[in-house]
Amino acid sequence: MTTSCPIPIQQYPHVLMAHGGGGRLMHQLLETVFGTAFSNPILDARHDAAQFAVPPGKLALTTDSYVVRPLFFPGGDIGSMAIHGTVNDLAMSGARPLYLSCGFIIEEGLPMETLWRVVCSMRDAAQRCGVQIITGDTKVVDKGKGDGLFINTSGIGVIEHPMNIAPQTVQPGDAVIVSGDLGRHGMAIMAVREGLQFESTIESDSAPVHEPVRALLKAGIEIHCLRDLTRGGLASALNEIAEAAGVRIAIEEKLIPVCEAVHAACEMLGLDPLQVANEGRFVAFMPAPAAEQALAIVREHEVAAGATRIGTVTDKGNPLVVLKSRIGANRILDMPSGEQLPRIC
Amino acid sequence: MKYLDEYRDGDLARKLALEIHRLTTRPWNIMEVCGGQTHAIVKFGIDELLPKAITLIHGPGCPVCVTPLEMIDKALEIAAKPNVIFTSFGDMLRVPGSTTDLLSVKARGGDVRIVYSPLDAVKLAEQNPAREVVFFGVGFETTAPATAMAVYQAAQKGLKNFSMLISHVLVPPAIEALMSSPECRVQAFLAAGHVCTVMGYEEYPPLAAKYRVPIVVTGFEPLDILQGILMCVRQLESGRAEVENQYARSVRPEGNRPAQDLIRKVFKVVPRKWRGVGEIPQSGLGLNDEYAGFDAEKRFDLTSHTVEEPAECLSGLVLQGLKKPHECPAFGGKCTPEHPLGATMVSSEGACAAYYRYRRHHCSNG
Repeated sequence: MTTSCPIPIQQYPHVLMAHGGGGRLMHQLLETVFGTAFSNPILDARHDAAQFAVPPGKLALTTDSYVVRPLFFPGGDIGSMAIHGTVNDLAMSGARPLYLSCGFIIEEGLPMETLWRVVCSMRDAAQRCGVQIITGDTKVVDKGKGDGLFINTSGIGVIEHPMNIAPQTVQPGDAVIVSGDLGRHGMAIMAVREGLQFESTIESDSAPVHEPVRALLKAGIEIHCLRDLTRGGLASALNEIAEAAGVRIAIEEKLIPVCEAVHAACEMLGLDPLQVANEGRFVAFMPAPAAEQALAIVREHEVAAGATRIGTVTDKGNPLVVLKSRIGANRILDMPSGEQLPRIC
Repeated sequence: MKYLDEYRDGDLARKLALEIHRLTTRPWNIMEVCGGQTHAIVKFGIDELLPKAITLIHGPGCPVCVTPLEMIDKALEIAAKPNVIFTSFGDMLRVPGSTTDLLSVKARGGDVRIVYSPLDAVKLAEQNPAREVVFFGVGFETTAPATAMAVYQAAQKGLKNFSMLISHVLVPPAIEALMSSPECRVQAFLAAGHVCTVMGYEEYPPLAAKYRVPIVVTGFEPLDILQGILMCVRQLESGRAEVENQYARSVRPEGNRPAQDLIRKVFKVVPRKWRGVGEIPQSGLGLNDEYAGFDAEKRFDLTSHTVEEPAECLSGLVLQGLKKPHECPAFGGKCTPEHPLGATMVSSEGACAAYYRYRRHHCSNG
């Protein structure tokens, strides 16, 4: 099936309160929409709780809620994002993603067609990531009490390597690598929301990154830390890691990849691309001698083809991220303070 | 990116800095007027390339910072009203009034919206005829033409549900006020390039002559600012006090005449209070009589506010260039971008926020 497959026959063109009421309508919705799209043996058993065998190794568990307006944006939609985001969170601990749960909070009146498109997108994304959606929940809230659709996904993965991939493992001398150009998701959303037009449409980078991570593990690269660059962007991620590891990180502005359209949009709005959200990018820390090999490995995957080294962990002590500006002076790269707000002039 | 990257070239920046080093024989205090320039100086570390003898003083040119507290309180009062859509540029939303800010009013149910142009607010008024749409008109001469155009269009369309809370300010009277203060240490000015793009720089020669200060109209990229400083130093070292234009790619001596005509059509020059500085005569813009019907202060019959600034906030001294942000005892402790005591901490162009964001720890060349 593809996303263009037709919606299963529905009596109602819009979601009603009754679709969350526990009766026949809800049963129909679960069976025809979610049951059809996500079908797999564990889900098809229709237990209150999904049952599955636990593979050997440590387990990783994560959860994330997805709220985005508009629901569909250049480069993705809330459905694929809800799969990618949770798969990526699992990948950041070096886990192999296995199973997801998903909870839908639907605003009364959402077109059934829209729900179906989102669900199909989730199904395709889950297939691409090799994960199964094995349990879920649906609630319908009154018109005006939700923003169309909210999705929560939780994910379980298995850790099959002996490393401790965590901020505390980061050490002086580690190389800092980003997996591609920054700021596309945040600016794609802002451009659509605010009706900003640029020479080329900015597409979200929403994508799963578990494959390049898996390739690094398979090659035996000594990974010290991985972090996906979602809200708060690179600036937040590096500051959090510096804080947790008690280290100082030095990066160079001219090495950080930002595409032309994102750069232009950020300049226009007075935003910093290093603080803008991504949905398919991560930062990796590893001993510097392993960096070149790691880059070669991840670049073989389309999602990380633009990977590049942007800096180094310099020393222990006073946690700080220092950015060498384009004209060669050093300054702090700070954690963003709340939501980024466009400037007056 | 075209028209930006070429003005951020590291090698050219170092060459300009070397030339400044070569020419400088004694200490000079140069004020950059505009907050956008302050932001660029701190963000790119431009002052780190300069000789120790040169001190950059950060001027009052951040419109968010100088908007008086009572005006913010008026905005908060209007925004909290049930039938109002209150529109503003993004960075005004976090500015604290005496008790709260616009983001908090929004969180409590006020309809506060960010717009990118005042004309978007006019559009909102057309689309929502049953509601009062108010735009918070803040800024220097740079944004005044767009504000004026919004009022003009609203009048043309006969919109009865659109009004503006206006706190527009003017740069030359602020330079005059600074220079006439006995405490003033400024020996040269980098004038704000975008203000001059609109207004030109024909107002500046009398100021340069009266106070014997070089005034160099300067852009916002690292190479612009370094070149502006170099032009100031050349004048200072040779004892000249002239008006020069570094930002010729954008600024003409006469400025943008149609924009000025529009400003004059809609606004009149009025006395205006500047946060941290006090009232400066003839330093603001207010709606003239023909457009007085669009004045939100009159429409909502706001009570007159008189509000005291927190005593521990030194933003007034910072705005006048008498203190550096980190010399304030509250800096980085009681006063942070999350809990700002004064507006110089809240706007990304405010000197305190720029220092906090980029400078609060010493950065070595590690």
